[in-house]
Amino acid sequence: MNTTKGTITGVNGNMISVAFDGAVGQNEVAYAHLGEMRLMAEVVRIRGTQADLQVFEDTTQLAIGNTVDFTGEMLSVELGPGLLTQVFDGLQNPLPRLAEKCGFFLQRGTYLPALPRDSRWAFSPVVKAGDTVFAGDTLGTVPEGIFQHRIMAPFNLSGKQTVTEILPAGTCELTQVVARLQSESGESREVTLIQRWPVKIPIRCYTERLRPVDPLVTRIRIVDTFFPVARGGCYCIPGPFGAGKTVLQQLTSRYADVDVVVIAACGERAGEVVETLREFPELSDPRTGKSLMDRTIIICNTSSMPVAAREASVYTSVTLAEYYRQMGLNVLLLADSTSRWAQALREMSGRLEEIPGEEAFPAYLESVIASFYERGGIVTLRDGRSGSITIGGTVSPAGGNFDEPVTQSTLKVVGAFHGLSRARSDARRYPAIDPLDSWSKYPSVVDEGRVARARALLHRGNEINQMMKVVGEEGTSLADFTLYLKSEYLDAVYLQQDAYDPVDCATDGPRQQHVFATIGAFIDAALRFEDKDAARRFFQRLTQATRDWNRIPPNTPAFTEHEKRLQDMLAEVTDHA
Amino acid sequence: MHKVYHRIDTIAGNVVTLKAPSVSYRELAEITSRRGTSLAQVIRLQGDTVALQVFAGARGVATDARVRFLGDPMRVPFSDALLGRIFTGSAEPRDRGPALKDNLIPIGGPSVNPAKRIIPRKMVRTGIPMIDIFNSLVESQKLPIFARAGEPYNQLLARIALQAEVDIILLGGMGLKYDDYLFFRDTLEENGALSRSVLFIHTAADPVVECLLVPDITLAVAEQFALQGKRVLVLLTDMTNFADSMKEIAITMEQVPSNRGYPGDLYSQLASRYEKAVDFEGAGSITILAVTTMPGDDVTHPVPDNTGYITEGQFYLRNGRIEPFGSLSRLKQQVNGRTREDHRTIMNTLIQLFAAYRETLEKQSMGFRMSAWDQKLLQYGVRFEREMMDLSVNIPLEGALDRAWRILADCFDPVETGISSQLIEKFWPKASALEPASPAL
Repeated sequence: MNTTKGTITGVNGNMISVAFDGAVGQNEVAYAHLGEMRLMAEVVRIRGTQADLQVFEDTTQLAIGNTVDFTGEMLSVELGPGLLTQVFDGLQNPLPRLAEKCGFFLQRGTYLPALPRDSRWAFSPVVKAGDTVFAGDTLGTVPEGIFQHRIMAPFNLSGKQTVTEILPAGTCELTQVVARLQSESGESREVTLIQRWPVKIPIRCYTERLRPVDPLVTRIRIVDTFFPVARGGCYCIPGPFGAGKTVLQQLTSRYADVDVVVIAACGERAGEVVETLREFPELSDPRTGKSLMDRTIIICNTSSMPVAAREASVYTSVTLAEYYRQMGLNVLLLADSTSRWAQALREMSGRLEEIPGEEAFPAYLESVIASFYERGGIVTLRDGRSGSITIGGTVSPAGGNFDEPVTQSTLKVVGAFHGLSRARSDARRYPAIDPLDSWSKYPSVVDEGRVARARALLHRGNEINQMMKVVGEEGTSLADFTLYLKSEYLDAVYLQQDAYDPVDCATDGPRQQHVFATIGAFIDAALRFEDKDAARRFFQRLTQATRDWNRIPPNTPAFTEHEKRLQDMLAEVTDHA
Repeated sequence: MHKVYHRIDTIAGNVVTLKAPSVSYRELAEITSRRGTSLAQVIRLQGDTVALQVFAGARGVATDARVRFLGDPMRVPFSDALLGRIFTGSAEPRDRGPALKDNLIPIGGPSVNPAKRIIPRKMVRTGIPMIDIFNSLVESQKLPIFARAGEPYNQLLARIALQAEVDIILLGGMGLKYDDYLFFRDTLEENGALSRSVLFIHTAADPVVECLLVPDITLAVAEQFALQGKRVLVLLTDMTNFADSMKEIAITMEQVPSNRGYPGDLYSQLASRYEKAVDFEGAGSITILAVTTMPGDDVTHPVPDNTGYITEGQFYLRNGRIEPFGSLSRLKQQVNGRTREDHRTIMNTLIQLFAAYRETLEKQSMGFRMSAWDQKLLQYGVRFEREMMDLSVNIPLEGALDRAWRILADCFDPVETGISSQLIEKFWPKASALEPASPAL
């Protein structure tokens, strides 16, 4: 292979300038020599015979004149069986195996293959010699945990291919040739269990992209009912620090109704990843009963790890998600936090001395964010099955102010906005999604008409509350006061959810429909009270009782009984006039 | 063998540039001018041109100063001989002790592999009820104290250091007032803690570049002690000065500023320091307590704002007391379920009642009539502020919990507290009227 060599002519932070002769491509990977070490880097700009590279490692002790080897390949990841349950860094280095090799610290310049080369897989072919296939078509399967992992024709093939050879059913190694394909022009291509794909290029082996319309149940009531997420849609969660972004992401990663979850811990605290790492293997997946880890991939580039690899980690995770989507699975990608990724772009842009945009973010920030979220979606594959990627990204706006470039660029491209508010988290109203500011363009899991009425009630309740702050309770009519109490009741028993209660922490779709219909009827009912104190006392009791109801497992006699009791309570104060 | 250069091309701020081939990034150099000798570090390489950041400042450095490259990046000596010693920001002795030269370790080393971290489970007892009861400090936690300039944050830091059950105390002082440095030194000495402490002090009068080195040096030393199995408490005061030094250098280097003049990598820079807090499986731990002063008492200022996203909670110090609202220890749930069965209940009850007290105060200030319940709350609030919040209160956790029950019993009936009858049965002080009220302070 024709490889270009270069020498370092400048070092500035994690950016190096390299003089080269030969051909160098944009986003090509190169390795800088440092003694025996090789530090991985990526080309980010080329000017004449000078290339600027971002180094994925600490650049201490690199010197002018050091050799740089260009590889001719863009930054790529390995795709194959064995990705699930793994924990990678942003460059797809398996962290647990790095720890075995290097101990406590991440030594720079150490790269391991993402998939362990000694693993064996039971291959069963689904095509036979002579069949015609296209890029992305299934050639065979291997069992991977709870799934049949499809071994697909390489995604970068073009045109019709003929299978000239296929391995019979049996155990094989990762790098063993399982099939040979021949193109119409006679080029032959070997297929192994692994293929490589450049992370910054979307995989597009599908026939059609569909509109996301099916709700993705996350079992968080305020999300599913009021601000739903669709399978194949994308949403964002901006919020100030301490408002519960990460807890919300963790809950979603546990309960969301999907096949595979890819968690991208991008520039956040290592401690939070550790909680996921240590707790997921112990928790069981509500869908399969197996360990949650069996359906999870964690890409972990925490805040103190090299910043260029943080930028790569987002692309690595979405590429892995696309790979599983190609198998016809529903994938959820949770990125925490996209602001840290944007900051990585900003750092690099600063070093390249590009003309800065708002808050020194690069001018291309918006298009980069948009193209990331556009990699989500629901698609029809060539064999008629469909697969989806749902993307949920948190945003950490500076000072908790949503008018900053990252939040605003994200809002333009997502289908749902779950804005967390400091006021709600201070009042311990979790999840702290602001019911007045947030929005969603996707269909709800419950009756839309009722949701619209409930939303109107929340707005009205808020208005009355604002008014009461000026005129006091005395100046508010009993009817308005009752409306306000109703909106507070809805907030307390439906929008708020106790993440630490074994039942209340996750409410599935049917239960949401049932509970929301019941509560909706309470809210629509005309009520009559003696005075405001009586109204307040009644709603305090009703709130307490409904919260207890939320904690009772569904389909039990106690559940029905408790519901009856709530109905009776309401009947006492209903105005039948 | 080290080549010497005599020709400096540019001098701007604390950065000088000169032409020198085969220099490596972050290598140290020694600059000798008429004013004396200072270390400097390579911060940019561009062709033959080397940019050096001069630790002692470029003031008085002439274009014919002698520059000698030393071949290695910054390192600090590490041994048990460090204990009891005081150094400057560039690890030179500040006390009259001998300079240490052995067993040099690199600073700013790689980060810990997340796969090797463990979930923290051990509480650090401080004897301060506002921390122990309400926001327990956990080993390997990173926690800043947010305060306005003028609050007694250094006093608080010193007290926590003295009372926390740790093996080694490391103090990194950045832009410290000389008086504050002396205060730390004397306090540690008087309490016999200096012999298990190492101090790296950059005072406000020292060259600004040295300020940048303090956290890295302190944490590199902490890491070595922790790997030896020691429980290390690192105190960093004040991180806002550190960020301001970074800003100064970034502007000198003509970097594009992002927010209020701070460099775009402020978050990453702060995070790479704070993330050194760790509990090593099978070895020791590093706990970081830092001070972040908030210019203008504004928590949305870039330094406290970025810090809040990095650290595991924060303590707000306001009017000389740790404010119960806003202060947060994200790790407290890991430990406060395993101290005493009434811990969590007391924590929640006291805070709810205190919130009610604050509302009552507001009502009182607006001239509303006080009900009997309001009177109880007022009585409670005053007791709470005096016997719990006051920073001079110094009792172990169990004593503080007992005191909390006493205050509740003196002010309320059991039902008014909303505590479960099971706990009331066990902990509510019997016949409280007969015993003297809480011990005098």
